[in-house]
Amino acid sequence: MTAKTLYDKLWESHVVHEESDGTALIYIDRHLVHEVTSPQAFEGLKLAGRRPWRVGSILAVPDHNVPTTDRSQGIADPISRLQVETLDNNCAEFGVTEFKMNDLRQGIVHVIGPEQGATLPGMTVVCGDSHTSTHGAFAALAHGIGTSEVEHVLATQCLVAKKSKAMQVKVEGALQKGVTAKDIALAVIGKIGTAGGTGYAIEFAGSAIRALSMEGRMTLCNMAIEAGARAGMVAVDDTTIDYLKGRPYSPRAEQWENAVAYWRTLKSDDGASFDAVVELDAADIQPQVTWGTSPEMVVGVNGRVPDLAQARNEVQRGDWERAYAYMGLQANTAIEDIAIDKVFIGSCTNSRIEDLRAAASIAKGKRVAANVKLAMVVPGSGLVKAQAEKEGLDKIFKDAGFEWREPGCSMCLAMNADRLEPGERCAATSNRNFEGRQGQGGRTHLVSPEMAAAAAIAGHFVDVRNYQ
Amino acid sequence: MDSFTTLDGLVAPLDRANVDTDAIIPKQFLKSIKRSGFGPNAFDEWRYLDHGEPGMDNSKRPLNPDFVLNQPRYQGASVLLARENFGCGSSREHAPWALLDYGFHAIIAPSFADIFFNNCFKNGILPIRLEASIVDKLFDEVAANEGYRLAVDLEKQTVTTPSGESFAFDVDAHRKYCLLNGFDDIGLTLQQVDKIKAFEGRHRIKQPWLFN
Ligand code: SF4
Repeated sequence: MTAKTLYDKLWESHVVHEESDGTALIYIDRHLVHEVTSPQAFEGLKLAGRRPWRVGSILAVPDHNVPTTDRSQGIADPISRLQVETLDNNCAEFGVTEFKMNDLRQGIVHVIGPEQGATLPGMTVVCGDSHTSTHGAFAALAHGIGTSEVEHVLATQCLVAKKSKAMQVKVEGALQKGVTAKDIALAVIGKIGTAGGTGYAIEFAGSAIRALSMEGRMTLCNMAIEAGARAGMVAVDDTTIDYLKGRPYSPRAEQWENAVAYWRTLKSDDGASFDAVVELDAADIQPQVTWGTSPEMVVGVNGRVPDLAQARNEVQRGDWERAYAYMGLQANTAIEDIAIDKVFIGSCTNSRIEDLRAAASIAKGKRVAANVKLAMVVPGSGLVKAQAEKEGLDKIFKDAGFEWREPGCSMCLAMNADRLEPGERCAATSNRNFEGRQGQGGRTHLVSPEMAAAAAIAGHFVDVRNYQ
Repeated sequence: MDSFTTLDGLVAPLDRANVDTDAIIPKQFLKSIKRSGFGPNAFDEWRYLDHGEPGMDNSKRPLNPDFVLNQPRYQGASVLLARENFGCGSSREHAPWALLDYGFHAIIAPSFADIFFNNCFKNGILPIRLEASIVDKLFDEVAANEGYRLAVDLEKQTVTTPSGESFAFDVDAHRKYCLLNGFDDIGLTLQQVDKIKAFEGRHRIKQPWLFN
């Protein structure tokens, strides 16, 4: 028998039918739904007189448009409100399970799936959202889809897809103190570029990955899409299984034992071959800070905004020049000399309990710098928020001058009221530093939660490894 | 879905790499629950000088004269010439909806982001991958010749320049078939209902916990 990759196993166990050109029909186990990319899909379904194929596979939650301040008055913006109500109505009409805005379990779709045990090893998971790659941390085949595909999955429980190539990203060794999964993700993107993973499914492997918690693995897989890969994944081990035990949607009783036995097979066989292999030494990875308008425009915190002379070619030179102008930065500026106006700790990349604990450990007993106008912490879900409050993290943040908010996507993409004003510079734990992402004219620097908290206290980027 | 067979269209160049879907259609327009009407807000932040919000009368907004698509010579373009990794970022299908509504039916670039590439086919837009050196050459030719057009033939899988030079491109057989005929996948997939049900039955026996 030939050795198989984890991706081979996940793919092959879901093929319903395959055409001669490799186009396949793939069965979908879990369909996560949010309010932004689903209205047109439900509408299409209804117009065609269809119903969801397997309603039990769907879990819905509003996250992008929800306010992160007091929700007792509902959503002020009528267009946002209509979108959330449309989700509520569609879920009610078809009997889809939905964690509504004021449900304690509400949160960012990619936080709540794993938290509920609704994401399990061996599953195919889709959502009309590119960061669905997050769920691959559980050895699931998980990827983002467009709205037409949301409708397709609703109607048929299947997706039309072609198998990708397999890439292994191997990180061996121990991370330095203060260096996190986020820094691994940014370092990988810095190395292979935002298109480096296009056409691939990435498996993250190596001792540094095995040493990560599930939260860390989710952060890493979350950003696989920023490397161009639709899916990222990590093999099952004890960390995976321990995390899932006792979650509301996890299998129980004798099913649990059978499931665990199967899940243990979800790893690449020895000698399995990959179409591409990228290797990093964990000890070399520095805390990362993006300086530009694409996640690949990233350097270590001790570095500088690169000089045009270092650009690969003419196209990249043009991109960098535009990025300098947009970001209001000059070549060769030291990263640690960049002062910030706002801090955002949150998003499906870094809003889980471990992220909040890490940020709180930096903020504890300190004060947000005077030049920082707003530092906000937005937990990934109501349950993360409750847990953090139980541990007193909210108090640490508030005492330090951070705002403590209700769960949702918030300033990751600024569809709700949380946003940057033109020219404002933000240290953000989210995943995209595109022009306008956090508000028109807003300038985003992507960092880890520790680095964001340290920047909030210092008022500019600092090396969290030297942080006292 | 509309079919795509051939197109002879005016070409507009967008000379930057990694154009993301946030740039193609900014998030404030994603609050719509409709599929149509996104064209006037395609590239909104680059295209207008003011800040756009849903519900504005876009015809009264100040255009950014420096944005290439605003130049008179590119009005009415239906072929977009772009650079590497076009359509990266968010999976929003609002991006191809906006481009189609704007009038683009084909996009030529050295590479595309996966989800965007896929989303185009679902909406009758043909994304065409050509080698970077050919794309470079097309950028030069567009710049040098006002009114520059390209002829795209999906059946033959060719792009032809005004001078008659022709470049072949690849396209999946399945996608080509759907696009040529304007078929949407759901109808085709539902012809396989028996296979899906049979698979589901086997899958349920192997991993019953997936069906709790
Ligand atoms: S937190 Fe940001 S990246 Fe994640 S789902 Fe929400 S908007 Fe998308």
